[in-house]
Amino acid sequence: MNLKLQKIIPQLITVLVVVLVFGFFTYNAQINMENRGIDFGYGFLSQESSFDVQFSLIEYDGSHSYFRAYLVGLLNTILVSVIGIIIATILGVIVGVARLSPNYLINQFAAFYVEFFRNIPLLLQIFFWYFAALRALPLPQDADAMLGVFFLTIKGLYVPAFVWENLNVFLYSIIAAIIAIVVIRIHARKVQETQGKQLPVFWISVGLIFILPLLSFLIGGVSLSFEIPKLKQLAATSFKYEGGLSLPPELIALTLSLALYTATFIAECVRAGIQGVGKGQKEAAASIGLNPNQVLKLVVMPQALRIIIPPTTNQYLNLTKNSSLAAAIAYPDLVLVFAGTALMQTGKAIEIVSITMLTYLSLSISISILMNWYNKKIAIKEK
Amino acid sequence: MSKINFLKPDKENLNTFLYLGSFLFIISIIDVFLNSFFSLNITGFLPSSLSFLIPIILGFIGLHFIRIEHSGYKFLDQVNKNINTNNFNAILSLLIIFIIIKSIPPVLSWFVVDASFAGDSKDVCSGTGACWTYIKVWFRRFMYGMYPNAEQWRINLSFIALALLGSVGYFATEKFKKYLTLYYVVIYPFIAFLFIFFFISGGPIFFDFSYGIIAAVISIIIGFFIPSKFKFYYFIFVPITLYIALKYFIFYEELIELGKLDGLNWVETGAWGGLSLTFIISFFCLIFCFPIGMAFALGRRSDFPLIRYISIGFIEFWRGVPLITVLFMSAVMFPMFLPADFFIDKLVRCIIAISLFEAAYVAEVIRGGLQALPRGQYEAAKSLGMGYWRMHIFVILPQALKLVIPGIANTFLALVKDTPLIFVVGLLEIVGMLNLAKTNPEWLGFAMEGYVFAAIIFWIICYAMSKYSYNLEQKYKTER
Repeated sequence: MNLKLQKIIPQLITVLVVVLVFGFFTYNAQINMENRGIDFGYGFLSQESSFDVQFSLIEYDGSHSYFRAYLVGLLNTILVSVIGIIIATILGVIVGVARLSPNYLINQFAAFYVEFFRNIPLLLQIFFWYFAALRALPLPQDADAMLGVFFLTIKGLYVPAFVWENLNVFLYSIIAAIIAIVVIRIHARKVQETQGKQLPVFWISVGLIFILPLLSFLIGGVSLSFEIPKLKQLAATSFKYEGGLSLPPELIALTLSLALYTATFIAECVRAGIQGVGKGQKEAAASIGLNPNQVLKLVVMPQALRIIIPPTTNQYLNLTKNSSLAAAIAYPDLVLVFAGTALMQTGKAIEIVSITMLTYLSLSISISILMNWYNKKIAIKEK
Repeated sequence: MSKINFLKPDKENLNTFLYLGSFLFIISIIDVFLNSFFSLNITGFLPSSLSFLIPIILGFIGLHFIRIEHSGYKFLDQVNKNINTNNFNAILSLLIIFIIIKSIPPVLSWFVVDASFAGDSKDVCSGTGACWTYIKVWFRRFMYGMYPNAEQWRINLSFIALALLGSVGYFATEKFKKYLTLYYVVIYPFIAFLFIFFFISGGPIFFDFSYGIIAAVISIIIGFFIPSKFKFYYFIFVPITLYIALKYFIFYEELIELGKLDGLNWVETGAWGGLSLTFIISFFCLIFCFPIGMAFALGRRSDFPLIRYISIGFIEFWRGVPLITVLFMSAVMFPMFLPADFFIDKLVRCIIAISLFEAAYVAEVIRGGLQALPRGQYEAAKSLGMGYWRMHIFVILPQALKLVIPGIANTFLALVKDTPLIFVVGLLEIVGMLNLAKTNPEWLGFAMEGYVFAAIIFWIICYAMSKYSYNLEQKYKTER
């Protein structure tokens, strides 16, 4: 009896405190909203937003709803995160491997990079790229073309746009190639398990992924041309590029700083992962006659990835959350468009901040659930 | 002398290869060096693309020639082992050497040679280099924000005093060593709070808050003498009772009088800023987030399911949202949750928000340490008859915290690097002040200098912190 009470009382007290705090907050919120004449509700999402957004992936203007504005912000956040993650991964893997290089100069260079970018606040780096580095770029009319088609100016980067004909045929061919590769891999494994022969899977895959899309150009009627940005004079001193794709400087500054910053952490994860595979593993693999490529593919990488992937996913999540710093340089991401402009216009502080937080929360919780599942799957199964 | 095969340098013709190789290598270095420092191009007579590539070709051949194993020269073997193991490494090494040589002159000229230091107006900054005059003129603003110039000695004095008080641990004799934890966890933060409350602000701004602080400190000090059995109930009830007693019954008027120190002008928190604000915020958040995080780490591993779920909910919530939205919440949403006449200062709201946010990360780090401890430690402590609190304070936590020093240091580093985000609520620490200064019409166009200046400061702080944590880790490393 006494023991049971000892177990229940602390829990009851804690729950009571939590309930009291939350009750206190909601009670106050109700009174405050009544006093200010604000009503609580999510109905405003379907109202007309009547503000414009500088950069949007989907069609959007002031006549669309607040929900549409939310989608614009969310898509922009995802765009920055995806580009940032790709660049950060490539850079991080290179730097992480370079830190383990036997070449003294290379590993010192990599160490310098990591120590340098890791110890400076991300916001400061974003400001540096946006306000200092990118402002030093030439005006549109003075810009030199890089490789003849890229124009890097103070107003952003202008790149040629792809103009496709029969794009769907091309995509189908790529999908077909991927399916074929998967089938061949399964077949190759079967052959190896039953007959002990190894098929040159890698070269077949490379061949397929090039040849099938190429065929779609030759036979399938796909054609690709480029729309190169052209300088156009608007007024005496005002110039602009037309055609092609334009990437605003906010996007460039943000992705660049996010990628450079996160790459340092990914590099450390990669280094830890590779160092975590014991030397004996490599030697044992070599001694049973695997060639260096097979050692890397079959022995080192599976073990290293087990160490690398969980913290790296964490870094991806951090990058996505850090992309909310976009608000500081007016890149229209979720925080700026929705928790900034939309909040100012509607005054629905509680609703909007809660939606924004829930969005990030659901994103990171779903990724961490995925991560836990993956961790369980690859964990060493000891007997 | 045997036949020379240029594709395969061997030991027999060591000297020939050595002289030839180092000659080519040095030629290539000299070429780049002259090109970069004196803008001379000694290979200018060649076609431009060839002239551009000639150093790397010469250097590559040179390094190829001197790549001879077991040459007998110690220096040569070292070089080969470190930068010249194969062709690919040789090219990378050459590229890095060339990049370093190439980048020295522009960096040097921007930082020092062409930079302007003297004077106190924009006119002296006409060169191509950095304008450090800008930093010099704005230095006080970058350090102290909008804090009045005449009062800045208060900040300096407080920081010096706090630094001295903080270093007490180094001079403590063995006799006082056991009180150090109490000192650093309870007394020192309290003194720091008093300094900032009375001295830097000079007014009763944290007023409603101060009852809570006083109540908490008194109850914690008494709490050390309470048997562990009742500690849990004690820490829930006593602070609340004390708070109510302090606020409504005891010396209410006296505290208000105490809040207004004579002779010190009140400086509102909106005027605080610059690097000193970075320090103040990081300091308080560090102090608050650690115990909160510890509590939630223990809560997450608690045997009581309800406490466990609440802790998991708390931790996952704060870890799932970006700090900027948390600050947004503290700015626009939090006032809605408080009674209309209840006012909490902006700075305090910021400190609470950042502390709770970082506490979740600290909790996860500490949980890692708790999980890493073998079960035997718990069982041994229990078999000695220790209760929950005694077991954790004397056996579990000291070992767990030792294990997670690097993780905690990383969290603290992240905290310091996150402080610039307080621009969201309108507080301007050093990065915010830089942005303000750069829009000043008298000083347009010096954004670069400001950011470089702030980057150097942050880099030094963060690098020193990470090196210090590394030392701590080495110091407390115990064989297990």
